[in-house]
Amino acid sequence: MKLVYEKSESGRRASSLPQPGLPLPEIPEELRRSRPPRLPEISEPELVRHFTALADRTFGVDTGFYPLGSCTMKHNPRVNERVVNLPGFRDVHPLQEEDASQGALELMWRLQEILAEIVGLAAVSLQPAAGSQGELTGLLLMRAYFADRGENERRREIVIPDTAHGTNPASVTMAGYEVVGVRTDPRGNVDLEELRGKVGPQTAGLMLTNPSTLGLFDEGIEEITRIFHEAGALMYYDGANLNAICGISRPGDFGFDIVHFNLHKTFSQPHGGGGPGGGPIAVRERLEPFLPVPAVVRDGDVFRLDYERPRSIGKVRGFCGPFGVFVRSYAYIRSFGPALKEMSEVAVLNANYLLARLKDAYELPFDRFCMHEFVLSGRRLKREHGVTTLDVAKRLMDYGFHPPTIYFPLIVPEALMVEPTETEAKETLDAFADAMLAIAREAAEQPEVLKKAPHARPVKRLDEVRAAKRPIVRYRFEEHEEPYGAGEPRQLEAQKGA
Amino acid sequence: MSFLSLTEQDREQMLETIGIDSVDELFAQIPPAVRLGRTLDLEPALSEPELVAHLGELASRNTDTGREVSFLGAGIYDHYVPAVVDAILARGELLTAYTPYQPEMSQGLLQAIFEYQTAICELTGMDVSNASGYDGTTVAADACYVAKHATGRSKVVLAETLNPQVRQVVKTYAPGFRLDVVEVPHRDGTIDPDELQAAAGDAACVIFQQPNFFGCLEPAADLAAAASGAGALAVAHVDPVSLGVLEAPGAYGCALAIGEGQSAGNYQSYGGPHYGFFAARSEFIRRMPGRISGETVDTDGERGFVLTLQTREQHIRREKATSNITTNQTLLALAGLIHLSWLGPQGLRELGEICLALSHYAKERLGEAGLELVFPEKTTFKEFAVHVGRPAKDAIRAARSAGVHPGYALGRDYSGLDDALLVAVTERRTPEEIDRLVEALAA
Repeated sequence: MKLVYEKSESGRRASSLPQPGLPLPEIPEELRRSRPPRLPEISEPELVRHFTALADRTFGVDTGFYPLGSCTMKHNPRVNERVVNLPGFRDVHPLQEEDASQGALELMWRLQEILAEIVGLAAVSLQPAAGSQGELTGLLLMRAYFADRGENERRREIVIPDTAHGTNPASVTMAGYEVVGVRTDPRGNVDLEELRGKVGPQTAGLMLTNPSTLGLFDEGIEEITRIFHEAGALMYYDGANLNAICGISRPGDFGFDIVHFNLHKTFSQPHGGGGPGGGPIAVRERLEPFLPVPAVVRDGDVFRLDYERPRSIGKVRGFCGPFGVFVRSYAYIRSFGPALKEMSEVAVLNANYLLARLKDAYELPFDRFCMHEFVLSGRRLKREHGVTTLDVAKRLMDYGFHPPTIYFPLIVPEALMVEPTETEAKETLDAFADAMLAIAREAAEQPEVLKKAPHARPVKRLDEVRAAKRPIVRYRFEEHEEPYGAGEPRQLEAQKGA
Repeated sequence: MSFLSLTEQDREQMLETIGIDSVDELFAQIPPAVRLGRTLDLEPALSEPELVAHLGELASRNTDTGREVSFLGAGIYDHYVPAVVDAILARGELLTAYTPYQPEMSQGLLQAIFEYQTAICELTGMDVSNASGYDGTTVAADACYVAKHATGRSKVVLAETLNPQVRQVVKTYAPGFRLDVVEVPHRDGTIDPDELQAAAGDAACVIFQQPNFFGCLEPAADLAAAASGAGALAVAHVDPVSLGVLEAPGAYGCALAIGEGQSAGNYQSYGGPHYGFFAARSEFIRRMPGRISGETVDTDGERGFVLTLQTREQHIRREKATSNITTNQTLLALAGLIHLSWLGPQGLRELGEICLALSHYAKERLGEAGLELVFPEKTTFKEFAVHVGRPAKDAIRAARSAGVHPGYALGRDYSGLDDALLVAVTERRTPEEIDRLVEALAA
């Protein structure tokens, strides 16, 4: 399909703007735009059709089942979209006075209280913009905490299991720490013996996702906590998989000092094709003085922003964070109330049901009940039929499903990571399981069908290597025909009259 | 709640298939000592109508810009968001998809990101753009990280006329990046290029803002030359809606161009979610943070799009990645693309000219009413600083009682400017509303 730039015609436009009829002041020539940006020139009807066509060529949770492991692709209630678009939330400036923002401040304060209760910790900052920024913020809190205690020079290492998301080690580097890896044992837990050898006076902390990216709750969690607490180190809980344990178990109760939430996962901020997200962090009391400013606090019946936090690490994002995300997540949690536990129970039930239906056709590397997601291996299909997990994923598209996360976690060969979420119906789970079983049969009977998949999408399989080798990351006007001349500054005024 | 889809019968059949009697058995892997032995202490569930009423009540206690004529800017602006933006962002496919890891499922989204990258490159005069950063503050920290690795230097220089929140975020990230941060003071509202060059001696990058936080136009080409002359990367923090009338950073020698995208396509939303944009010259392509959509072909040779250069990214490169970012602000960046497409080159220029003309009118009228500009010699774009002859917060209180929010109190960030307001004028303001502002401030 054509790009919006290829639908462009000189002289067309969609916008109409007010004409105040005032004189236009001069801008000094050296500061003035010398060559207009080649933005699309398109009428409104064509504009709407273009983006509607792009939507048609995109698959969302609204389109169908999207079991992308670790991303918690649950339904996004439409009432949340209605409330976030109320003028009192949408058309409010972040720097306006506190007396004109009491509703926004109260909503944030209430969300902080709720999140603190869900994870069993004392204080919350909503400011980080996404999970990975929550991680970085948490690590900067560790730095500030140990600097305050005079231990920063000595504590240089952060321990991370080999099942961790790539964001964990990337955040560690950005926070100026060193990564120390620890392996997973044959039951899918952190290898405690190896861990003991790697934690000591040089350790600043642990980053743990629990349940892990294998979808397994770490059965040795009490011993892990003991090891880190004895070393005087801090424990960071990556909340990517919090959807499994709300109302069931709280990281603060099992020893974690810092937790980040992914509001776009657990609490249903629509994923938006890659964002926005929200990555609030919750901390134990001793870390509260270091949280980002401003803090949202309550004084009696009045809510205000507190900038007087002399030990704060500073700011990690503009203003108070992604407010619209807070509105949606607050609304989502209030729709459940104390029954939030049922959300997690059903997420775990759905995952185990799918697992039970699939584990004979695909290999299960750690044979246990799973939590909210599970990881299968396509190793046998590859060995016996030469069909890879990538082929299975592409073939799933033909059956009308978004593929699971593939080739992650790295410790499982030919991994397929499936997270159905709590919002799916049994019929959907059955249809997906039937498709996966049919694909396993196809792998044996007609592997070529899988290797050439997808067959029913707007494009065939795409060449990712070529894209990386010779990157084309913007439209190259000069390599295409009109409407744009090669580099000549255009006479806008002349066109306007034409 | 109505967001779950299982019936009682479904549950029983599923438990039977799993081979257990109750859901509790699935949670046996959680040691009993770390289970929560009670119900979460949360307020009772609300039905949908109750929820709408509750949130409506909270929203009613915020003063929106429909109730108070707003001249407040300082980084977030009351620009008009066209109806097509709302209509397209409501499409469920775009709203509820995620990062396009499986390109054949997400061709529309990947093409939209490619088109967005193109629009940002065109606006800024750069060769490459990512799919978006979190906001206008964090992209500045990203720029410092890129510059540190590109130059091997460990100092960054920030103009004091760079938005204070942007500077605060850079300073928060700096200890982790092992960067020293130096600020260059302004001289009568703008940065002196010689002073900047002296400070940039061993710096990785210099970040300045155009138009700057006071609304004044910096001598951008001279600042970029000063940075480059000292071997530092020149980084311009720019307002997208200014770029129909103001020169593109690529045309005056910048290595990187970054900014807050809110002005193009996003509501104010009490500060977010919005998007930051990050664009660079092609030599920095493999150091870019974040997602990038690239063109390729499918097995039939047809054009298609994929996430590309992923070996920069955390899920491949882990601790050696160029950034930890995964979830970015794609939906807000898409809003930006739609808004910019709605405007077109002619509309973007007109929008800039309207802001320019209206803010000039406001300056003149305030001058006639006896108020003095803080930097009278400087050219401004849509925002300017004015002395109000009393503490700014008093002036704000008085004006608000007349239904006008007159602007931002500059004394919050700059000493000696306690009687100064930063006034922003967008295309949504009318000459009549500006007359009301003048009346409110002159009173």
